[in-house]
Amino acid sequence: MTKTNDQRQIQSDFDLQQKALGRRKFLRNTGAALTAGALVSMIACDKDDDNDGVNFGSGDFAILNYAYALEQLEAAFYIQVITTPYTGISSAESSLLTDIRDHEIAHREFFKAALGTNAIQALEVDFSSVNFNSRDSVLMTAKAFEDLGVSAYNGAGRYIASVDYLLLAGKIVSVEARHAAYIRDLLSNGSFADSTVIDANGLEMSRKPRAVLDIAKTYIKTKLNASSLPA
Amino acid sequence: MNTLKVLNIISEQDPEIFDRIDTRRKAMHAFSGLGKKIALISAPFMLGTVLNKAYGQSPSSSVIDVLNFALTLEYLEYEFYLKATSSAGLIPAGAATAAITTIRDHELAHVNFLKTAITGSGGTPVAKPIFDFSGGNGTGTGPFATAFSNYQLFLAVAQTLEDTGVRAYKGQAGNLINSDDVLEAALNIHSVEARHASHVRQMRKANNFGDVKPWITGKDTGGIGALVQANYDGEELTTQAGVNIINIGGQSISANAASESFDEPLTTAQVLALVDGFIAA
Repeated sequence: MTKTNDQRQIQSDFDLQQKALGRRKFLRNTGAALTAGALVSMIACDKDDDNDGVNFGSGDFAILNYAYALEQLEAAFYIQVITTPYTGISSAESSLLTDIRDHEIAHREFFKAALGTNAIQALEVDFSSVNFNSRDSVLMTAKAFEDLGVSAYNGAGRYIASVDYLLLAGKIVSVEARHAAYIRDLLSNGSFADSTVIDANGLEMSRKPRAVLDIAKTYIKTKLNASSLPA
Repeated sequence: MNTLKVLNIISEQDPEIFDRIDTRRKAMHAFSGLGKKIALISAPFMLGTVLNKAYGQSPSSSVIDVLNFALTLEYLEYEFYLKATSSAGLIPAGAATAAITTIRDHELAHVNFLKTAITGSGGTPVAKPIFDFSGGNGTGTGPFATAFSNYQLFLAVAQTLEDTGVRAYKGQAGNLINSDDVLEAALNIHSVEARHASHVRQMRKANNFGDVKPWITGKDTGGIGALVQANYDGEELTTQAGVNIINIGGQSISANAASESFDEPLTTAQVLALVDGFIAA
């Protein structure tokens, strides 16, 4: 039997209460003034003693933090692309890649604002595998990130309990798909929706959160703990 | 029949009844106390439907309605592209024909997938409507009457159909929140439509048919104009979930970028009104 919205909401409320309770206990026990970042990471570690790294939290917060992590990665990537443009970048490319940078920053900041104190920390990225002077290297990485992002949102929708957050994810994923198609066409015109991402039923690929993070972690220096995310 | 009494009797047997029958938290409040009495007594005939949905087979009839709505839109898109690729001299040979053929084949795949999904769920796929791609409601003399001989107009209609399709699928997500597999399939189609929209917009730009980007800026039609303005109205939002996206977090985010960053949904009724001119019968 499928979950009703109430069951999901109640679970989400419950998780929230648990989280708040844990935080109160923690504050009482330490009685110390801590920075927000330290607090978040302490709570994160507290939850999984045998599994360190940034914890995403539970319920919808986990999924939103997961999206926040991916948007952090994308934003950081395009910020670098625009800061150190590749050799031979055209003005049209520069203009639209700047648009994409701004979209990803907007997404990142939106999730940060929506999550408030439940947000994970700012992640440290690692783009040492990317040659930012090379158009091919940059666009191939952009393609990988955009396709990954779309598959991540497509796969995460089923885990979102709140209708409002589901719609917000829907509002973002189609913009990521527009990016993906554009980047693919820059690399090879006509590859906007080829068979590497669309199956014979005309359906785009989905990826489960842990599979996505397994791919993304190459570019993320901060250790992530995916244990609270659906496998 | 006193429907409230019936519900109370059921609730003795099934304490979760109020959880089952309500699909929204707000609705649960409406069903408790005074709100519950008013809601149920004023609309007793609703009860059967409500209970059917609560206990009924999965997916519920409303999910099949969503799938049939999607099927209608996919019929429309497929037949539009089929007619276009069958119209000699309309689409330039090479990359343009290849791209439109790719899109056409995806729409056909969506039609077939949705039919199978509906049948597999115990529903009956709706029949394909008779379309009038002039947008003339069956007269054949609507504003898009030359779309299969005028490439610029063809791409304008294609862009509008794709962008509207993205909005239509997005608007159904909430209706599928309790049917995870159907929701995921709908999302898997939704992003494909967005890829199509992006590419068609690039084709229009490359042909100088409009100053258009792969994404939607404000509620701009990309030079198509008043005929399709209603398809883009509402896309100009720069506030999401009460959060102002312009310059969010101290970042330099313009109103244009803020609106482009989020695509907006349309309701079933809005979509049906927008495509009404294309449906002759």
